[in-house]
Amino acid sequence: MLYAVLSGFILAMFAPWVQRLAGDRSGWILSLLPLSLAIYFASFLPEISRGEVIIQNWIWLPGMDINLSFLLDGLSLLFALLISFIGTFIIIYAGSYLKGHKDLGRFFVIMLAFMASMLGLVLSDNLISLFVFWELTSITSYMLIGFDHEDEYARKSALQGLFVTVGGGLALMAGLIMLGTLGGSYQISELLNSGDALLTSSLSVGMIVLILIGCFTKSAQFPFHFWLPNAMAAPTPVSAYLHSATMVKAGIYLLARLNPALAEHWLWSASLSLFGAITMFVGAYLAYSATDVKKVLAYSTVMALGTLTVLIGIGTPYALIAFASFLLAHSMYKAALFMIAGVIDHEAGTKDLTRLGGLHKAMPVTATAALIAALSLAGLPPLFGFIAKEALFEAVLSTELYSNFLLVVALLSAMLVTAIAAVIAIKPFYGELKATPKAPHEGPIGMLAGPVVLASLSLLFGLMPFLPDIGILTATVNSISSEPFDFYLALWHGFNLPLLLSVISLLGGIALYHFWSGNRHHIGTLTRQLSRFGPEVGYFKFMDGIVFSADWQTRVLQNGKMGNYMIVMIMTTVILVGYTLLSQYGFKLTLQAGDVAFYEWVIALLMVFSVLYAIQTRSRLGAVASMGVLGFTVALIFIHFSAPDLGITQVLVETLTVILLILVLFRLPGFSHYSTRFEVIRDASVAISMGVLMTLLLLAAIDTQYFETISAFFVEASYPEAKGRNIVNVILVDFRSLDTLGEIFVLAIAALGVYSMLKLRAEKSS
Amino acid sequence: MIEDNKKIMKTNTLILHTAALFLLPLQLIFSVFLLLRGHDEPGGGFIAGLVASAAFVLYLFAHGVPATRNILRVEPHDLLAIGLLLGLAAMFPGLLYGEPFLTAQWWEFTLAGSEIKLSTVLIFDIGVYFAVLGTILTIVMSLTEAEE
Repeated sequence: MLYAVLSGFILAMFAPWVQRLAGDRSGWILSLLPLSLAIYFASFLPEISRGEVIIQNWIWLPGMDINLSFLLDGLSLLFALLISFIGTFIIIYAGSYLKGHKDLGRFFVIMLAFMASMLGLVLSDNLISLFVFWELTSITSYMLIGFDHEDEYARKSALQGLFVTVGGGLALMAGLIMLGTLGGSYQISELLNSGDALLTSSLSVGMIVLILIGCFTKSAQFPFHFWLPNAMAAPTPVSAYLHSATMVKAGIYLLARLNPALAEHWLWSASLSLFGAITMFVGAYLAYSATDVKKVLAYSTVMALGTLTVLIGIGTPYALIAFASFLLAHSMYKAALFMIAGVIDHEAGTKDLTRLGGLHKAMPVTATAALIAALSLAGLPPLFGFIAKEALFEAVLSTELYSNFLLVVALLSAMLVTAIAAVIAIKPFYGELKATPKAPHEGPIGMLAGPVVLASLSLLFGLMPFLPDIGILTATVNSISSEPFDFYLALWHGFNLPLLLSVISLLGGIALYHFWSGNRHHIGTLTRQLSRFGPEVGYFKFMDGIVFSADWQTRVLQNGKMGNYMIVMIMTTVILVGYTLLSQYGFKLTLQAGDVAFYEWVIALLMVFSVLYAIQTRSRLGAVASMGVLGFTVALIFIHFSAPDLGITQVLVETLTVILLILVLFRLPGFSHYSTRFEVIRDASVAISMGVLMTLLLLAAIDTQYFETISAFFVEASYPEAKGRNIVNVILVDFRSLDTLGEIFVLAIAALGVYSMLKLRAEKSS
Repeated sequence: MIEDNKKIMKTNTLILHTAALFLLPLQLIFSVFLLLRGHDEPGGGFIAGLVASAAFVLYLFAHGVPATRNILRVEPHDLLAIGLLLGLAAMFPGLLYGEPFLTAQWWEFTLAGSEIKLSTVLIFDIGVYFAVLGTILTIVMSLTEAEE
């Protein structure tokens, strides 16, 4: 499975070349990878449906219990199949939708990388690797939402999505670490059986809150739902993939994944039901009030995500069955509908529902696929969406917590969604033909393949519900519930309460549909009034606050005078470190000057003189040069104590530093004024206190030894284990290579910082 | 256009001019020597990278930025990227052999009587070399160009 995950990243690296070579057919060619992944995952179906669980393990950082391990059970297989199967059609679709776009190659790179991260996320058995993939999906989706980077709205929306999901990601990281610590393992498969330790600890409330923040931001739950509709600034293939079936479901996935371990906690079910229900209703209402096809779909996705959250929160067997069916149904019809929205936009030139009408003659295939997918969205028989909706009602009826509240919310949302489905299926395609910016015609096969196949599957699964049921859903439900049970899905359950609720929601939906066009104006006004109190206002306030405090602290601390920065930094260090040193260690001055050789005295004197010269000279170059002398004497000391590598490095670094300083100082104007007596005394005392601190610190460090030194280990292990006799180098590139890797990245960031600072300045002045 | 500008860093000293011309290849060869011997003797990617950057910086002082760009042929920040990619590339072979990532892998063989030790460690060290070289050249060149 490692290779299944990595293959997406590897292909992503070569995607631009494939795109350049294959031109317009690149979508079809690149889609072979997700297709073969889908087949690969489908080959696990027999085993998984028998209830088996496959765990594969690759060691990554064993010292920190971080491994690349993969867990394939019903839940992750369902997700993996959705990701790879829908991904196949999305890539084909994208090749057609963005045909001739200058950045198509770049698009495929990010899209494939996103797909691979998503697969990694749902397959990870390790909390940390899951988190890494989680963040990768945030970053790649940021680049996908902002793909149209010349558009300011796209950039802003991308940044908003990034802030919200990555901010939540920080909370999630803390939550996952607490989870791993409390549960005694970072392996999810072990955590799920770790018993009550997770629930009884005093930290468990904090842990659950943090995990929930992570999941809620990612899955656009109220009050974080606002970023998802804004993310519609992305090209349609992105919305169809990320915002229907994959990225936004990541949070849902994690909730479902952790459900067996945390379901018993009171906070878990209470907050999932509550926030899910609010999200469900808010999403449904906003979907009803929007007129842009993509926004309508985005808000109805918010509604669906809320529904899924509620279902996990309810947690009864019925609810989990409903969860699995609704997840499958929603991914299929929503991806299809998004792609259809893209077809309409692409071929008719607008996606405003009030300006579309009568397209079914020009686009018969699109209209039919839209009708089937919308029927599934509305939850009408014989589509799979109907089964999911029946299961939802049954689940809501089975709960005890907030049951009346949930029932009302579910019914209202179902009515609104039915109305939306009717709007989407009917408004653009039937009625009188309206003039559109482009002469409408049927979309190309690449753009129709996805909607047609997914809509047909909705129909097929609806007519033969045992197919998904036996194939995967039973296994899915069993992997998220604490105890196993059997069930079967059916289209017809007889005359019962859920059916009655379905009929009521259908009638209500039809009524709302008629209300839709006539009252656009009123609904729009109401929504605008309400949005003044919406959480997005809070987001903007928060962002303004960040800018304000950054501005404030820049003005206070970084006022452009180098000397002030140094004083602030040094004095902070002196006070904090000095206090710790004196309170923990005390003041001990033990100097042994006995066995210092004559030439060592010479080196020391040289150092003192070079410093004294640097202090009193009025020439900047002179000061730099004498500091260079100081550096070289340090190198002498290194060499004297037989550390040639350090010595050479010191000499070279010193040389280059002097050169860099000269490059900078060369262009400074002459001193406009010299320091006053007060400034001299102030600077001298700052410098002397730092020097005293460092001296005391060094003496304390030599004096104190908490652990046995590990240099003996390096000396011994260097040649036999790392095949190198130069211990310094062996440590740098082998024993501690992760540190070195981090350091070269720091170097790179510093270099790019200097580069962009100077380039930006140059651009501004020109 | 740039060449007509006042060139702070370009001197007309004949000795420096000529010396830089000959010192550049020598210093570069020396840096490769340091890089390759680094695992057993003093040297290594970091030091070798510094020596190589010193070579180019000297050349830059004598001949100016455009001439240095000409002999460098790539943008300095591309060197930086190459270095980071090599550093990352050294992470994965261990993973494929089922060991923790960054675990060193060695491929030893004898060629014409002498023992050759190839390894991911060497790849990593070359990565460090390019990262250091790229960093310093990016900074120095940006600084010198900022004047023009």
